[in-house]
Amino acid sequence: MADQLLEFAQQLINGLAQGSIYALIALGYTMVFGVLRFINFAHGDVFMLGAFAGLYTAPKLLALFGGGPSLPGATAVLLVAMLICAAIGILIEKLCYRPLRDRPRLTVLITAIGVSLFLENAGQYAFGVDPQSFPEIIVDRAIEIPETWGAISALTITIGQILVVGVTLFLLLVLRFVVLHTRLGMAMRALSFNPVAASLMGVNTDVVISFTFGLGSALAGAAGILTSIQQPSIDPLMGINIGLKAFVAAVLGGIGNIPGAALGGILIGVLEALVVGYINPTYRDALVFAVLILILIVKPSGLLGKTEREKV
Amino acid sequence: MATRAKTLLATTLLACAVLSIFAGKINPYYYDILISIGINIILATSLNLVNGYTGQFSLGHAGFMAVGAYASAWLSLTFGYILGTHSAATTATFLGALTVGGLIAGLAGLAVGIPSLRLRGDYLAIVTLGFNEIIKGVIQNAEPLGAQRGLGGMMQHTNFFWTFTFAALTVYVVLTLVHSTYGSGFLAVRDDEIAAEAMGINTTKYKVLAFVIGAFFAGVAGGLYAHFKQFVHPEGFNFLRSVDIVVMVILGGMGSTIGVCIAAVLLTILPEVLRALAHLPWLPEWLRPIVENRMILYSLLLIILMIARPQGLFSGIGLKRQKT
Repeated sequence: MADQLLEFAQQLINGLAQGSIYALIALGYTMVFGVLRFINFAHGDVFMLGAFAGLYTAPKLLALFGGGPSLPGATAVLLVAMLICAAIGILIEKLCYRPLRDRPRLTVLITAIGVSLFLENAGQYAFGVDPQSFPEIIVDRAIEIPETWGAISALTITIGQILVVGVTLFLLLVLRFVVLHTRLGMAMRALSFNPVAASLMGVNTDVVISFTFGLGSALAGAAGILTSIQQPSIDPLMGINIGLKAFVAAVLGGIGNIPGAALGGILIGVLEALVVGYINPTYRDALVFAVLILILIVKPSGLLGKTEREKV
Repeated sequence: MATRAKTLLATTLLACAVLSIFAGKINPYYYDILISIGINIILATSLNLVNGYTGQFSLGHAGFMAVGAYASAWLSLTFGYILGTHSAATTATFLGALTVGGLIAGLAGLAVGIPSLRLRGDYLAIVTLGFNEIIKGVIQNAEPLGAQRGLGGMMQHTNFFWTFTFAALTVYVVLTLVHSTYGSGFLAVRDDEIAAEAMGINTTKYKVLAFVIGAFFAGVAGGLYAHFKQFVHPEGFNFLRSVDIVVMVILGGMGSTIGVCIAAVLLTILPEVLRALAHLPWLPEWLRPIVENRMILYSLLLIILMIARPQGLFSGIGLKRQKT
């Protein structure tokens, strides 16, 4: 019995760490949907670019902080990757989505698919097709839980997992502050509530949309670094699968709803860990799509979302 | 309209029959491209019914193609010799396998169409993509279908005649359907779903019908593919294959059958041309991988097309709708 409980707790821990990554990426989907009402298909690939930004800048940044893996070095890598991704996100919006602002949604959707395919294939061209090993920016090892803690000592928790959950929590709090307590955040909420009224009240729509893209992409970049700490290698197509799952997480939580995206991410991560642990690892991808289809049939507005009526 | 389409169909079929006499003499490389063109015309035209005429953006056409390919391959492997080995008998089995494969794909289309009724636009695209992945996942785990190893050993029944006969049939069915009184419903659903519903059009029925017919022809195309290559593999029907078909529809112009056919021909030839271009001696070394990787070009094409000419390159060519 105790063993089973421990096993379950272990899966929860693994799921929580993976779910944090999904949550960070899902936030980007949900915020962009909030202000522009469209799904930024390329968001998963921005996550991939974050990982590669880390790969290329890490050796130089780590050298600034003494060379080896260190906490300040890792923080620097994280921040730089977030900045690079924010810039890329803003650029994508300016070049590809802005000219289509008032076009049918299908047109924008196709463009987003195009951008996604471009980033994946240009990434394969620029970074090479083969997986590359990510430099060690922080020592990731299992934490020893003392024997005296009894049965709990059988659990395995890695530094990477703690870091992922901790950084995610911190970024969520920062995001909450930005959205609720700054002028730009207020403008963001106004825009997602009613774009016409917001622009009539003097909200500069373009600036707010750029800001939203930057914010979401920065979170995706952070997720890229946090993923790379835990897994041995990164490749230009790593964003497809994780991006799709994060999207499902955003829909599960109610797309356009920021706390919903965080909740959805954690739920998807835990669910996936449970399927891998108890059923069959080969079903983990199919399961996520099954969840998506189920949610869209049963409650399309998601767990925390509001139902929107379409007006004629 | 209907008579013109019939004449078109008859001429194409006749041309198929005549040309197929010479098909045996063509260089195998060009023959391969020719058959691929035919299969892609079927795929693009049938997807156009869903994406173009009905306005339901599906990203999972390769999934239906996979269903048809595997179903017909399994059927002809299992029942291939029941009618005997006479050429008429094997052709009958081949056609039977193609039809049943198409019907099973149509059933899969029904399964996708029903949940997708509540979805539109972006959601539908992702759900169909998900179905594509689920179908691939099921095949990868299905031992009787060869799982990860793929399925091979079918006879090569697909030839020039059958490929282009089915291509002409697909074009004929889609064209006459959307230009009929009954088929106006598809266009109504696309143009304004709410208005269509208010006018008493059963939008649900039209959407499902579009999915089922589209999936049926995709299944037939899959069957032709399986009996041409004599080997099918789950990875051959992944998301990127779906994107290939979607690019054909968008480039040709959503809702323009002739445009989509032209695009299918061009985009089948394009990778081969690019491959030849990549070996040109004067091409700078850094450009070669870009030229050879058609996906970079396709993705840029999609973005630029959407910004500059969202109606596609060849829309407005061909049969016009009659004013009544």
